[in-house]
Amino acid sequence: MSSDTHHSGISGLGGEVLDHTDVKVSHCYQCGKCSAGCPLSEEMDYPPSVIMRMLQTGNPALEDKVLRSFSIWVCLTCEMCFARCPMSIDIPKMMDFLREKSINEKKANPKAKEIIAFHKSFLDSIRYTGRLYEIGLFVDYKTRTLRILEDMALAPKMMKRGKLNIIPELIKDRSGVAAIFRKSKKLKSEVLSPKSEASDSRLPSSVF
Amino acid sequence: MTLGFYPGCSLKGSSREYAESVLSVAKAFDINLEEIKDWNCCGATAAHNMNKELSLALPARILSLAERQGLTEIIVPCAACYSRLTVTKHELSEKPDLKALVIDANGLVYTGSVNVLNIVQFLDKYIIPNLDGKVVRPFDHKVACYYGCLLVRPHEILKFDREEDPQTLDVLMLKAGATPIDWAFKTECCGAGLSVSRTKSVGRLSGKIIGDAKDRGAEAMIVACPMCHSNLDMRREEINTYLGEKVDMPVLYITQAIGLAIGLDRKALGLQRHFVKVTV
Repeated sequence: MSSDTHHSGISGLGGEVLDHTDVKVSHCYQCGKCSAGCPLSEEMDYPPSVIMRMLQTGNPALEDKVLRSFSIWVCLTCEMCFARCPMSIDIPKMMDFLREKSINEKKANPKAKEIIAFHKSFLDSIRYTGRLYEIGLFVDYKTRTLRILEDMALAPKMMKRGKLNIIPELIKDRSGVAAIFRKSKKLKSEVLSPKSEASDSRLPSSVF
Repeated sequence: MTLGFYPGCSLKGSSREYAESVLSVAKAFDINLEEIKDWNCCGATAAHNMNKELSLALPARILSLAERQGLTEIIVPCAACYSRLTVTKHELSEKPDLKALVIDANGLVYTGSVNVLNIVQFLDKYIIPNLDGKVVRPFDHKVACYYGCLLVRPHEILKFDREEDPQTLDVLMLKAGATPIDWAFKTECCGAGLSVSRTKSVGRLSGKIIGDAKDRGAEAMIVACPMCHSNLDMRREEINTYLGEKVDMPVLYITQAIGLAIGLDRKALGLQRHFVKVTV
């Protein structure tokens, strides 16, 4: 288990969020400023303040809905919610944790397929070359999503303006970068493995 | 004078003109920007959305390489890279255990001693004090200075300018001879990394930004982030569709605008690379 976690003794997903990110969902008093300021809340299934409330209930069914929500993936991490929260709750940091857990537990919302495919293509590009190779990213993303025709007009326009490299920039120490990916992946499974202590001490949701 | 330089991936590809203008302006003030050798991608949005350790280990490698090269201060023009590097420095200084894990993954020395400057801090510290007498062609236009997200948020970590209604870009443009306007979308998100996967959403968010600036009489928009620039410039077709009209207001990097004001060649600033023609 990653040693940056603490054990709050609080049960459920809200407790896990606290242990891994120091974000206290209990501090939210539902003013709604996050949802009002969020540029994409209208595209979400649950706006940020509702996600906070769902986590506060400690209800496992609602927690499951959070991990399966589209909201956590369409969140841009623009940090507007955090900037405006009167309780300084770091919602974006919590969203990072929820996304990672959602992927790890294979609960990612099907509507987020393209968003996740883009992230994966992006990371693959770095894993193999050390830097982002934009043409490689496009091709890989299109292979993953089969959205072949979209943006096809963009590439030649970028090329004409010298904005696309034909040849990827390869760094020398690619094995060093590959090692970071390998080790981080290992860390990831350690960090996100279900915590026996937390599930043992799980309190009935009525205490909230 | 020599300072460290982390261009990041965008400045080597789709935002080549940002790198060209940064280097041209630095050169005009006798500043040599020394690139970090063998640098890697910071991991951007993808890494912190998918894997926390990766999102810290990739920027930490960059900072370690800078240390190894003897660089004490690095200039990071991309707002997203700047954010990732600064957040990493903060997280690793707060959490010694996490720092140990990241050092183990990287296999490099990391002390966290490198000072990270965004482009506005660089201009403010090294260019503005020497600007007097250099402005040969004042940038005499009404401009909307757009900060976006990652230059100013999260304030708790970046501690740069104000979260709402920041002023640093406006002050720089004032010194370059421009008239910055008051407007409502200075720090609203352009749609950032969803540009490819949810293009329509980006057209809407970026459309609101361009629309408000235009309605308030801006003749150009000034930015300091390659992601903001590519959404506001390359996605103009989607933006115009959202707005229901053709808006041809150009979007310039702050370094391109300063470069024009001090009389640098338009090509040296990469202005010909934009999708929306730069007529100012």
